[in-house]
Formats: sequence, C-alpha cells, structure tokens
Amino acid sequence: MQLALEVGQTATPEAVMFWILGPLAVLAALAMLLVKKAVHSAILMAFVMVVLAVFYIAQDAVFLGIVQVVVYTGAVMMLFLFILMLVGVDSSDSLTETIRGLRPIAVTAAVGFGGLMVSLLGRATLGREAVGLSAANADGNVEAIGFLLFSRFVWPFEVVSALLITAALGAMVLAHQPRSETKSTQRQLSINRFRGESLATAAGLPAPGVYARHNAVDVPALLPDGNPAPNSVNASLKARGDILDSNTFDLKKISTQVEEEK
Amino acid sequence: MDASNYLYISALLFTIGAVGVVVRRNAIVVFMCIELMLNAANLTFVTFSRINGDLNGQVMAFFTMVVAACEVVVGLAIIVAIYRSRRSASVDDASLLKR
Repeated sequence: MQLALEVGQTATPEAVMFWILGPLAVLAALAMLLVKKAVHSAILMAFVMVVLAVFYIAQDAVFLGIVQVVVYTGAVMMLFLFILMLVGVDSSDSLTETIRGLRPIAVTAAVGFGGLMVSLLGRATLGREAVGLSAANADGNVEAIGFLLFSRFVWPFEVVSALLITAALGAMVLAHQPRSETKSTQRQLSINRFRGESLATAAGLPAPGVYARHNAVDVPALLPDGNPAPNSVNASLKARGDILDSNTFDLKKISTQVEEEK
Repeated sequence: MDASNYLYISALLFTIGAVGVVVRRNAIVVFMCIELMLNAANLTFVTFSRINGDLNGQVMAFFTMVVAACEVVVGLAIIVAIYRSRRSASVDDASLLKR
C-alpha cells in the first residue's frame, strides 16, 4: 500500500489530519493526567494510542499502525481495564499531593525538559533532504518488514520471543495464589450441612429479596414473622456494605403505614 | 508539512508521560503514563524511519511494542500481587523498605 507522501513537501491531506489529530492527542494525554478516575485515564490513553496508529499509517508504517491498534488498544488497554476492574477504585485515585511541593517541581521540570527537546528538535538539521519510504516500501510495507525481521533481525526476534514466553510465565507465577485451605468435597459439604448446629440450613440458605414487595439480591428476605433473615444475603455483598436495610421492609411497620394512610 | 512535526508531538507526549509518572499515585495510571512514553518513543522511531528512508526504525518500534507488552503483563501482575497483600494500588502505600 503506497500513500505516496513525499516527505518535506506539503501533502495537504496529511497536514490537515495532523493538525486535527495532533492537538487532540496532546489534549487527551494532558487530560489523562488531570482526570480523577483511572478508568477515564484508560479511555483517554486508548484514544491517544489510536491517534498514534493513524500517525503510523500516515507515515507509511502500515504494519505498525495495524499492530498498534491490535496490540495496544486491543490487548494492552483491555488488560489495563481488566486489572482496574479487578483492583477496584480506591483512595489512590485521589489527586491530593502527598509530597509537598512535588507538583510545581514536576511541572517546572517538565516544562524545562519539553522546551529543551522541542528547541533541540527545532535547531537540528540532517544536512540533507528527508528521503521518504517509497523506495524502501516498494514491495509493500509488510513484505519489507518481514524480510528485515527474518534476515538481519532474526536473532533479536528469537530472543524477544523467549522474553515474551518468560513474561507470560512470570505473570502466571506472580498472580497465582495457592489455596490456603483444601477445598471441601461435595460429600463433606453435605455431611457438614446435616451434622451442623441446626437443621435449619440443611436444604440450603434462604434466597434474598422480599417476596411480592421488593426483589433484589441486596435485600435480605423476610422470615414469616416479619424479621429479616441475615443469612439470605451473599456474604461478599455484606462485606462490601452493598446491602439495603431490610427493616425498612418490615411487615409490621408497613401495615401500620397502611393503617395510617387509611 | 514537515515530518519533524511528528517529532514535536512525540516530545510533548513523552514529557506528559514523564510528569504523569511523577505526579500520579495510582500505580495503574503511572503504568499507563509509562506506556505513553514508550509510544512517544515509537513515534520517533517511525518518523526517523521515514526521514531516513530506512525500515530499521520500524523494526525497532516493533521490538519496542513486544517488550512493552511483556512489561505490561509482568507489571500488572506485580500490581495485583501488591494489591492482594496491601489492599491498595497506591504507589505510596508500598513502602515496606522505607521503615
């Protein structure tokens, strides 16, 4: 695929594309720093990566552009979001400054560093005209990169594959957690149910929800006498505090309310 | 349009990523900022590959992507492991060696 863009001379569609997407990418990256929620940061990051993929394709790096979309916005950002959902949102999302004066120092250093880079780039000249990739991509970008990967860079390519396998194994080892206790068998669970303190839960725990008035997993069921059944709500919901007070659904109070309304 | 405009964008993105690594406290956001810096470096590779008319830069960017993928996998596994023991993804809370 040839985009036939001569470097150095003005290619209007590319310039339009650049001046629309470039500022957007920088704005998204800045917003990534400033937004509070990590999920929003991840979405903005995905946007920056897509813009970079467009830049790659515009610069005759078609293969890299597609790989950027597939690997970064597809796999890496999904992994980030997955871990975000796993870890959850906690106090580390807050933007308060823990080290005093860190933020002004960081911004000053960044302005200095960025200014230095930009001014260096502005002064640097290659002493010749930019070449462009039309000659190197004559047989197609994918073919040319494949040829390089499997000739000159074949050894680094193999080493990198070893690195990838090692990383996958390392992640499995790091994220794996051995069971702290052996899992009880169905037979054992059954015996525990019937030989336990009482036979009340032998047929299983009651289901959550208040019959005919409210039906949700975070509301404990009401017993025949109108009291809530605490063991009808999942223990992890209880631990998280995501549980409605079932006293508001207490039958006695409801009946009095109805009486008063009459 | 001059191809060096891409270099300016790349420098800006790299700087923003560096600030994020220093300023943000959520380990996952810090990680995303590192990814931003890696991506900025990749853009530089691709741009210079175009300026020089040589595909070696694109191959280097390809290798950077592979290494970045490895780094993300291992880094996120470390974050999950730390979260399991400390119930926090904040970079300030993992300070066991300081005490």
